[in-house]
Amino acid sequence: MGNAANSAAGSSAATGGLRAWLNKRLPIDEFVQSQLVGYYAPKNFNIWYFFGSLALLVFVIQIVTGIFLTMNYKPGELTAFDSVEYIMREVEWGWLIRYMHSTGASLFFVVVYLHMYRALVYGSYKAPRELLWLFGMCIYLALMAEAFFGYVLPWGNMSFWGAQVIVNLFGTIPGIGPGLVEWIRGDYGIADSTLNRFFALHVIALPLALALLIVLHIVALRQTGSNNPDGIEIKAKLGANGKPLDGIPFHPYYTLKDIVGIGVFLMIFAIIVFFVPTFGGLFLEAPNFTPANALSTPEHIAPVWYFTPFYAILRAVPDQRLGALLMGLSVLVYLFLPWLDRSPVKSVRYRGWIWKLALLVFTVSFLALMYLGLQPAEGRYVTMARIFTTTYFAFFVLMPFYTRIDPVKPVPERVTYHA
Amino acid sequence: MADISVADDQEVDQSRRRFLTAATAATGAVGAGFAITPFLLSWLPSERARALGAPTEVDVAKIEPGQMVVTSWRKQAIYVVHRTPEMVASLPKNDAKLKDPASADSDQPAYATNEMRSLKPDYLVLIGICTHLGCLPKQHFERGDKALGADWPGGFFCPCHGSKFDMAGRVFDGSPASVNLRVPPYEFRGDTLVIGVDEQKGVA
Repeated sequence: MGNAANSAAGSSAATGGLRAWLNKRLPIDEFVQSQLVGYYAPKNFNIWYFFGSLALLVFVIQIVTGIFLTMNYKPGELTAFDSVEYIMREVEWGWLIRYMHSTGASLFFVVVYLHMYRALVYGSYKAPRELLWLFGMCIYLALMAEAFFGYVLPWGNMSFWGAQVIVNLFGTIPGIGPGLVEWIRGDYGIADSTLNRFFALHVIALPLALALLIVLHIVALRQTGSNNPDGIEIKAKLGANGKPLDGIPFHPYYTLKDIVGIGVFLMIFAIIVFFVPTFGGLFLEAPNFTPANALSTPEHIAPVWYFTPFYAILRAVPDQRLGALLMGLSVLVYLFLPWLDRSPVKSVRYRGWIWKLALLVFTVSFLALMYLGLQPAEGRYVTMARIFTTTYFAFFVLMPFYTRIDPVKPVPERVTYHA
Repeated sequence: MADISVADDQEVDQSRRRFLTAATAATGAVGAGFAITPFLLSWLPSERARALGAPTEVDVAKIEPGQMVVTSWRKQAIYVVHRTPEMVASLPKNDAKLKDPASADSDQPAYATNEMRSLKPDYLVLIGICTHLGCLPKQHFERGDKALGADWPGGFFCPCHGSKFDMAGRVFDGSPASVNLRVPPYEFRGDTLVIGVDEQKGVA
């Protein structure tokens, strides 16, 4: 990579041999120069800036482990559960590949949630990065669908009833609901046809869509450049070479930084895969180790942890149509964030106490709903879920008002360092 | 080649060009609509799935009073309850606490649109799928059931999202479900309950 950079900076056409031959036919050096060495990222990135590259790493892990799982997995209501057990018990190293895939799914959401929270804290969704944020949100929505379909495939009893609950959400749409649900399932209940179409969507349709969206996300990022913890545009102050004074080449500086992050991440990943693959029932749920049974609902249905904040909102509302609507809105509301936030300042560092308080309320609400979604829908849990649903939505609905009166601080001209 | 240079000199008729572009796009859209139809329809229940939705039979003489039998029709759990006279007698007392006591907004055949929600008061036949989001409500027929409080009149409780139904499958206030449990079409042939078919409508 370093050599490529040097020769690209010089004249790659002058050097002979295979490299010149290649570059005449494929712009390798030009790509490296424009996208990696010549792409300047702000020099004040902190720990929050690891999660984008980590999300890409997990995507690759999921694709590779997923390809190998499909070699032994057999979709179909009579074969799916047994083939997963076969992978776990009889396929050489099958358990490792499957645990990597199931751990990867949960860690995908961990890094994506941290990546999104970073954008919230430093205002990375604000102009000129609205489209970058929207592509990111599309990735998140596709990822939710991908995770849901993947969750159904082992055909355990939680897979079955999770599919039943989620598919029935579409039945609350007035008029077309019941017909739509039958169309999604392809039968009068969750059945073989449902499992097979979810398999097709999980292994080919959504991964393709995700790959395309990731490319769009990165291309949009290259156009606007990264935001940074100070929330100022580094392109506003250029040096003599026409590059941002507060920027450093993405390669080698941030590629090397990201490698450190990847090293730490893979350690955590390995510890989970080898020692706590079910993560106490959070990553793989106990009722899913019994086969799907249409005549027996598990005692307590809870989705995997990354869906629980929205699930808690669904259960908090004592009306099914309104509950499903609010649940949908609680996910889609992030799409409007660039336009709800009217503050002149991006980063939390230069915002006033009102925003900081609002951000705290949102953070507590989200985490509380995540916890409540894992608890049974009874008594005080429901009351608490109603309170936090209200504060969760208040953060978004009131945002156009409180961001306008928030006493912001002056924003510096150049980036600062906070050790 | 000569033709092209001649064309270059002529003035382009923009409105003609716009019309042709729009006409081509519209024709293409219609074609795409036709092409996508078989793919969308392939998601409907197949012939085999429809054939497997045939009626199910249950011998109700074998169900003791107070007992419930769970069977399956069209991959849906069907609850058949032999209600005791006390259960039947207690139903009107629930009316004040119900969302839809007369089953006006709920889904059931005409012969079950009554307080008992059944053809015969003794036998309750329900699709055991919560009208909220499709879990199976559990039977809690004991009055004052420990988990549900001293004033619990007996009925069904959905463990997923906490919906409560009475001994006629009618939903209680405060439940996330908005309508009563559905009643499938059924008829009795002697002691045999046939689910999925009835005299009025034939096969559902």
